Amino acid sequence: MAQHIVLDRVSKRFPPAKRGGEEIVAVDDVSLSIDRGEVFGIIGYSGAGKSTLVRLINQLEPVSSGRITIGDVPITELRGRRLREQQTGIGMIFQRFNLLTSRTVAGNVAYPLEVVGVERAERKRRVAELLEFVGLAGRADAYPEQLSGGQQQRVGIARALATNPQVLLADEATSALDPETTVEVLDLLARVNRELGVTIVVITHEMEVITRIADRVAVMEAGRVVEVGTTYDVFTRPSTPVAKRFVQTVVRALPQGDELEQLRAKHEGRLFTISFTDEGASEARVFSALAKAGIDFNLVHGGVDDIQGRVYGLLTIAVRGDADAIAWALQRVGAGVRVEEQR
Amino acid sequence: MSELAGILPTLLEQTAIMLWIVAVSLVFGGFGGLVIGTGLYVTRRGGILQQPVIWWVLGVLVNTFRPIPFIIFLAAMQPIGRLVVGKGIGTEYAIFAIALAATFGIARIVEQNLVSIPTGVIEAARSTGASPWRIIRTVILPEALGPLVLGYTFAVIAIVDMSAVAGLVGGDGLGNWAITYGYRQFDPLVTWSALLVIVVVVQLIQALGNWLARRIMRR
Repeated sequence: MAQHIVLDRVSKRFPPAKRGGEEIVAVDDVSLSIDRGEVFGIIGYSGAGKSTLVRLINQLEPVSSGRITIGDVPITELRGRRLREQQTGIGMIFQRFNLLTSRTVAGNVAYPLEVVGVERAERKRRVAELLEFVGLAGRADAYPEQLSGGQQQRVGIARALATNPQVLLADEATSALDPETTVEVLDLLARVNRELGVTIVVITHEMEVITRIADRVAVMEAGRVVEVGTTYDVFTRPSTPVAKRFVQTVVRALPQGDELEQLRAKHEGRLFTISFTDEGASEARVFSALAKAGIDFNLVHGGVDDIQGRVYGLLTIAVRGDADAIAWALQRVGAGVRVEEQR
Repeated sequence: MSELAGILPTLLEQTAIMLWIVAVSLVFGGFGGLVIGTGLYVTRRGGILQQPVIWWVLGVLVNTFRPIPFIIFLAAMQPIGRLVVGKGIGTEYAIFAIALAATFGIARIVEQNLVSIPTGVIEAARSTGASPWRIIRTVILPEALGPLVLGYTFAVIAIVDMSAVAGLVGGDGLGNWAITYGYRQFDPLVTWSALLVIVVVVQLIQALGNWLARRIMRR
């Protein structure tokens, strides 16, 4: 797929808050390439620099060094009117929705159209179309405070899409929403990507958001991108400690802490966790191999997750028997799956 | 009763003059204050037109003029009044001085109300490619309109207060009438009727301001 947004060695430094204090490096030498039409996730803990990074893409903040191009436009080189023209082609939605309280729903959605000088009749038609698209056709004359959080974010999405942008930036767009509403908003974003072909950059600290809609993900820590890959790869084979921690927030199939203690108390023998991906051996093959080797095992914990329509399973078994036999059997099944002992 | 009937025409006339002084001062001082107050807000650090030098100059200007007691200000501005409105006495000069003093007072009121706008809505407008001037007109001022109305209501009442000393420079109005014909001529009826009218006017202005702000803020 064609590159759409390219960040080339981008850094953002803020002057020290106090005189004589240290400069804050919010984004540190980040290079990324985001393809046209993909949903790209950026995950990190608060303070990792992801919100600053997304503000560099639409130049709400100027870069300290490095270069960003969107399509063939070097947006970091532009200033004033020429920059603002490019900004009309990049929509943005926010954690706190940031709707104008002085305007109705329709007035908020019309705002970017006024900025680009769309005439009144056309504005009205477009606003109606957008509200229909986000499922708020009946609420045009309501004021933001009369809407629920999820509805307000839908207005935010309609506003961000008003000028038919090629890029949509979502800055923690679901962090202020309850789980059910989060899913609705994410499904809407997925639809925006699918039906309108908009490239979406999603900033979040929630792994669920990534597994639900992102094709690829970058993991950020202390201003740097420490890991990039397809969501499935990062999810099933996280290589950095921070990525592993994020994966554990959604994989409840992995026994931890008290849960692990209880399993140990209830079951004799050693505990092994086997990870299945859709590229490796199936559960059936692994279990029959264990049985053939004469290993006495019980399935004690686990689950199977769906990531972007692909399967990822984590099953924990309790195994009794001779240490050598176990080692031999596990080595045989170990070719197609990853096996880890829970100590 | 007949005494009251005797002063009634003058009372009405002086009330009208006071309202005229207040209205004209409000228009000019209100506009000047809006410009300077918005200027302070947009040029401050992190503002949409960050300009440290302009911000500093505006701040010094406001801080210099605002604390001057109005009765001294009224006397001291005479040379400037002669330059701007052609004279240093009378009702016209009083209006000039009040408008000038109100400009600096209102500037701070405006600035304080604008500071309370969530920065997120301004960021959202910037993300659509809106120019700073458009953001001032379509986001900053409309978003702060309710609190601004309350701030201006407060300012109008301060202007009514200032208009009462117009007599110092030979200006008319209820205040001058109460001092000259009430206080100096030992006529409590004049003093008290002027006071009563001022209290009623202030109550009405406050009620109007509250009603308007409530409507704008929809609560």
